[in-house]
Parts: sequence; C-alpha cells; structure tokens
Amino acid sequence: MPTDGVNKGRRRFLVATTTVVGAVGAGFAAVPFIQSWQPSAKAQSMGAPVQVDIGKLEPGQLLKLQWRGQTIGVLRRTPESLSLLSEVTPDLRDPQSLESEQPPFAQNEARALKEEYLVVNMHCTHLGCIPQMVPQVGPQPFQENWKGGFFCPCHKSKFDLAGRVYKGVPAPTNLRIPPYSFIDNNTLFIGVSKKGAA
Amino acid sequence: MAKPASTLAKRADELMNWIDKRLPVTAFWNATMTGYYAPKNFNFWYYMGSLALLVLVMQIFTGIFLTMHYKPSATEAFASVEYIMRDVDWGWLIRYMHTTGASFFFILVYLHMFRSLLYGSHRKPRELLWIFGMLIYVALMAEAFMGYVLPWGQMSYWGAQVIINLFGAIPSVGDALTEWIRGDYFISDATLNRFFALHVIAIPLALLGLVLLHLVALRENGSNNPDGIEIKANKDENGLPKDGIPFHPYYTVKDIFGVGMFLLLFAFVLFFWPEVGGIFLERDNFIPATPLVTPEHIMPVWYFTPYYAILKAVPDKLLGVILMGSSIVVLFFLPWLDRSPVKSIRYKGAWYKVMLALFTIAFIRLGMLGMAEGTPAQTIEMRVWTFVYFSFFILLFFLSPRGKTKPVPDRVTH
Amino acid sequence: MSKQSLIIILSLVAMISTTSPVFGSGGENLENANINFRDTAAVQRGAKWFVNYCFSCHSASYMRYNRLAEDLGIDKDVVLRDLAFADVRIGDTMDIAMRPKDSEAWLGKTPPDLSVISRSRGNDWLFAYMKSFYQDESGGWNNLMLPNASMPHVLWQLQGIQQPVWSTHDERAVIEHLELASPGLQSPQEYEQTVRDLVTFLDYLGEPSKVKRKNVGIWVMLFLVLFTLVAYALKVEYWRDVH
Repeated sequence: MPTDGVNKGRRRFLVATTTVVGAVGAGFAAVPFIQSWQPSAKAQSMGAPVQVDIGKLEPGQLLKLQWRGQTIGVLRRTPESLSLLSEVTPDLRDPQSLESEQPPFAQNEARALKEEYLVVNMHCTHLGCIPQMVPQVGPQPFQENWKGGFFCPCHKSKFDLAGRVYKGVPAPTNLRIPPYSFIDNNTLFIGVSKKGAA
Repeated sequence: MAKPASTLAKRADELMNWIDKRLPVTAFWNATMTGYYAPKNFNFWYYMGSLALLVLVMQIFTGIFLTMHYKPSATEAFASVEYIMRDVDWGWLIRYMHTTGASFFFILVYLHMFRSLLYGSHRKPRELLWIFGMLIYVALMAEAFMGYVLPWGQMSYWGAQVIINLFGAIPSVGDALTEWIRGDYFISDATLNRFFALHVIAIPLALLGLVLLHLVALRENGSNNPDGIEIKANKDENGLPKDGIPFHPYYTVKDIFGVGMFLLLFAFVLFFWPEVGGIFLERDNFIPATPLVTPEHIMPVWYFTPYYAILKAVPDKLLGVILMGSSIVVLFFLPWLDRSPVKSIRYKGAWYKVMLALFTIAFIRLGMLGMAEGTPAQTIEMRVWTFVYFSFFILLFFLSPRGKTKPVPDRVTH
Repeated sequence: MSKQSLIIILSLVAMISTTSPVFGSGGENLENANINFRDTAAVQRGAKWFVNYCFSCHSASYMRYNRLAEDLGIDKDVVLRDLAFADVRIGDTMDIAMRPKDSEAWLGKTPPDLSVISRSRGNDWLFAYMKSFYQDESGGWNNLMLPNASMPHVLWQLQGIQQPVWSTHDERAVIEHLELASPGLQSPQEYEQTVRDLVTFLDYLGEPSKVKRKNVGIWVMLFLVLFTLVAYALKVEYWRDVH
C-alpha cells in the first residue's frame, strides 16, 4: 500500500480535531448523567421549608422535628441559661462560630436570630449522632462544672446551650444552624432565611 | 523546548514498557487493531456491527442510570417511570435514550444479519461466528421483552401475558411452567421483580460474554467481504493479504464517521420523534397496567411482530408456537442450508436474488401484519408470507448446490 | 454506499412509513387538533379550563404545581391561588380530594388520572372527544367517540347541547352528525378554541419536558453535524492510502 507522500501534518491536525470535538461531545453528554444525581423535584418538594408553631413552647422546652431528613431542635432558652453562655467561653473551641456552619444572622454568642430561641440541627458534627440535652447546671458524670448543654452519647462530644462545641472532644465544629426565619412571633419557618426567598 | 517533549515521550515509552511486561496491552492492540487486516472493500453494510456494539454500551450505561430511579414493584413501577420523565433532572433524556436505543439495536442487528444473507458471511469457516451472533439475537429478544415489561403499562402487562402463555402450549408441563415463570397465578409483582433482575444483570452479562465470543470468532478468520472471497488466500511477500488493510487506522476512522452518521439519525428520532407514531413507544403503554381490562389491540413491539404474525397465522395453538419457534431456530442452520459454491450474492444467479427479495418482503410484510388488527384477508396474507418465509430455507437447501453462479474473481473488486 | 443498498434502504423506509395508519390507535380520519405546543398562552388558558372543569374529578398526580408555575411563566403565588386547592404546597402534585372508592360509587367508574392521557389517547382523539358529547333521547349524556362513557359533558354550559341527527344506513339507524340544539355561552368557534386550549394543556401535561427536548435536540444535531463533518474529513484523508 503506498503510504509515501502522506501529508502527516494534515493527518495530525484532523486526528486532533476529531479527538477534541469528540471529547467535547462526550463532556456534554456526561452532563445529563451527572445532573441526574441531583435531588429530584420530588426530593426538593419534600425538602421544602416547614412551618412550626412555637406558641406553646415553654421556657426550657426542646421541640424536635424533621427537615430534609435531619432532626432539627427548637429550644426556648431561659434567661438564666442565656446568661451562662458567656461563662463557658474559655472552654470552647470556636466560641465566635468562625469555623462553624450557620446563617450570617446566627454568628453571635447565642447563635440565634432571636436570643430566646435556639434553632439547631441536632446531628453531632462528629459522626451524625443526636446529642442529648442536659440542661441541669452542676456536676455531671462527663464534666464537673457543667453549665448546661448537649452531650453526645456516641463519642462524648459536648456542646453548650448555643450548640457550641467544647475543647477536647471529637466533634470539630459547633452544631449546625439551619436557615430559618419567623413568619410572626409564634411561627417559625425552617429552611428559608428570609420569607419569600426560596 | 524540544528536550522536555522528548523526555516526556521517553517517560511514556518506559511506562508502556512497564505495563507491557505485566499486561500485554501493546501486543493486544497490535493483534486486534493495527496488525489485524480487514478486506478493503467493506461497504455500507459493514457499519452495523460496530454501531451495534456502540448501542450495547449505550444501553448498559443509560440502563444503569435508569435503575437508580426505577422501582421494580407493581404498585410503584409506572409512577417511577413518570418520576424519571418529570422529576429527575434530565431523566427524560436518559429514558428516551434507552427506549430509542432498544429499537435502534434491533434495526442494526437486523441489517447486520441481512448483510450475512447478502454476502454469505455465515458460510464456512464462519459458522460459529454466525451461531454466536444468533445467540446474541435470541438473548437480545429476551432482554428487550423483559425490559418492555418494566414500565408496567397495559402493553407491558398484556404483552407479558401473551408471551408467557406461549409456554403454556407445551403439552403436559405447560401450565406448571407458566406458573413457575410468573411466580404467581397471574402476572404480578413477583413476575415484574424477577424480570427486572434478569433484565438488568443476568441477560446483560450473558450478552457481553456472547459478544466477546462473537468478536474472538470474528478475529480468528477475519471478516468476510462483499465479494465473499478469502483475502488470506492472496498474500504479498510480507505475508500480508494483498486486499487487506490494517483495521486501525483505516476502519477505526471509517467507523467513527459511521458513528457520526448514526448518531445524527438516532438523535433526530430521540429528540423529535421518540414515540415514532406509537411504534417505539406504544400508546397503550401510557395506561397503568390492570389485570381487569385487556387493551383492544394487543401487539408486541415492532421487532417481534414478524414472529407474532407467524403465530397468529396458524389456527392451532401448539402448532403456532412450534412454527414461530422454528422460524427463529431455522436461522441457526443457515450456514449449512446454503450449499452454493459461492458466498456472495454478487456471484449467485438470479435465483438467489429473487429468493432473497421475496424472503425480505415476507419478513417485512409479516412484521407489518403482526401489528395490524387482523382482518380475515390479513390472516390469509399472513399465511402466504409465512409460507414464503419457510420456503426460502427449504429452497435454499435444494437449489443452492445447483443454482447458477458467476465466476468469482481472485481479488476483491474495489 | 452502493446504489443497490440505497434502493433497498429507501424501499424499507417507504414500506415502514406507509404502515403507520395500521396501528394509529383508532386514530383514523380524526380531525387534526392542530395545537402548538410552544404556545404558552394556550397552555395557560388550557390550564385554567382544566382546573375549573376537569380537576374536581380528574387528578394529574405526576404534575407538580411549581413545575407548572415555572414552565407556564406564572408566579407561584398565583398558581397556588388560582390553580390549586386550598392547603397545598407549591411542590405538591396535582392530586384531588375525591377518593377512588367514593368516585366509583358516585360516578360508576373512577375518573382516570389525566397526567399522560394525551400520550395514550392522542391529541386528535381528545379534541374530537370533547366536541362529541350529545344528549340522547333519554336526556342523558353520551359521546360519539366513547359510546356510553360514564363522563358527563362538563363543558355543556360553554358548548350548549348537541343532539344527534339520525339516518338509516343498511337498514340500521346511525348518527349522521350532531346538531347544536341549544347554544351555550360560547359560539362554536370559541368552543373549538377552548377545546384546543384544553388539549394543548393536556399535551403539555403528558410531557412537560417536550419544549426542552426539542430545544436541546437542535443543538445536539448541530454538534453532530460538525462532528460528522470532521470525522468524514479524517476518514477521507486516511483512505487516500487505499484508493
């Protein structure tokens, strides 16, 4: 077969062009398959914001509910427990919530939009267990000078009543705060930071 | 800047060397691609094989993604398909690729098989190649049938009903057998669940194995060609066939062009005509399956209808099933039924051209009649074409040794 | 491709394309519904007719309100106010309150879900169906397309009341055509447009991604033309060796 007089440059160019065009096509073709793993319309609908009536919540009471498969806690804190928040600061890993996950409005000591109400994703930031609330102030098996907070039974992580993590425990960051807003004084809207903004 | 490039090339060579000592990649590439010589006179019909392989890969890929969203349960299947079509991002595209791919798979396979009839590709020494091909075809039919049940629409349900009941025609064990296939006293959740398992893993594995055997058998003797002559009979001083060209790059670049042409047609159907007027996606399959109401007009998907017509043409249940089964089984024997001294239609006399034309018309007409409502006139027509279908094989056996032939050239015509 | 092969392929295509009428799902000689699936205004009008007249008995359980809002370009709050029942969330599907058991008792048959009715019946059939209701001699509703249908003519106020005109054919009485016995709120032309809007909506309901499908398709085809041209040039270049 005569292969002399072959224009090698032209061949290289055409091979390269075909390869590039084919690779671009393959890239585009991959997009639908990758995007098909996104939460579907059904999942999004089920993960839509939820309304919670907090009118009947007593001071010191914790309400648990589900949002996007996560347990969300709504705690109405007493003035005493709020005043204790600043006392534990030296024992905390991230007291200013600089490395933790929360909406901007909750990057404060109480980690809340309204100080009185803590709205928190209950799953421990270590491995996802649900810590117990231990509100009593005083010696506990896991800590002598306990000022009230959350204690994770799985790996003994400790958080204060603003969900802030203590030093020397496995959990790396504070408990997460989900986006939420108030529709009125008695109604909480979990999943959206400001009403109307989806 | 020449130096880094050459060291890079050296590095690549070293890496390839390292791999080749452990896994014969280069040797395999040379044996099956650059050192594999294929006849240089392939025409249009020789695109079908590589395209069928492409569609197989596409079906497996899209199928895996559909499995991620589909629910194989009688109460959820239909809704989960609509969930894919609406709620899953791009789900409609993935599903249409799969449904369109199924039909195109059969189009390609039928054209691929027809190529054999034209050029005698199944003749000695390629009998096993043909047998593996036929096994692929039969596995594909099982795969397609079970896949069609999964959307759990009315056609899924009643199509399954009819096809499973075919086994009931077998004397004495028929009823027990159909019950065993269904896993229930009617087509139910249990049936759907096992068909799902077979469709997504069992038959695809078998198909991949058969395709591998098909390709190994092909590489052993090399491809036939439109002239039906062995290119290995004419070698040059280097021992290379004079009429052969390396598969790579010549046929790889040609097949890439074929892929482009095919995808154009495929994408056109997928994006602009996915139901193909109720042929690729039947209307009644958009009604959820119910055991209480039979659709007015049951028919299998288009690629089964020629055989379905043969079944309908026979007024006896057992005989119909036997005849339908034979119409597929007889194809396995094709390498031994054609006893003509030449392979290609180019060097066979008019007798073969007429016979093949009639056979092709019979197959297509049967396919069309298999979809039709079934008036008495159509039943008669189905019988005529069924007769023509089988006559082809019988006449082939008796006429081929005597039929007129033309002299076959030594070298391929190009 | 040889001339021979080309002839074979073309004749195959011709044969297959002529078979379509054989399995047109009873779609012979139906008037073309003549809808335009890109006509969003028609889909919107159809959605309103659907909600007002069909949605109390027929669900569309695979359709979500927020999808409707997005595709039809209507504000979500407007969709919830005008098209949805009270107490639904925007991500919900278009379900109805009537339980299948009740509807079976009240209507004799559970009205089918209409999500994919356009795909099983076809647009032309639906178009004809909605125009073929008539009042029979007993005063009850009947339909030429679906004799003894259990569905009453819910749009009768719009269309008016049609009655059959009988004639004798092979010594059997057959309905020759329907005649508007008492006019409705809409003129026949207006009513036809109403039905067309409704069918346009049902067509959208059957495949909400149709517009996207065809839009994406154009780009895919253009890309494939480019790819095929490049691949062809590559093939020609290499095959110079062979020719």
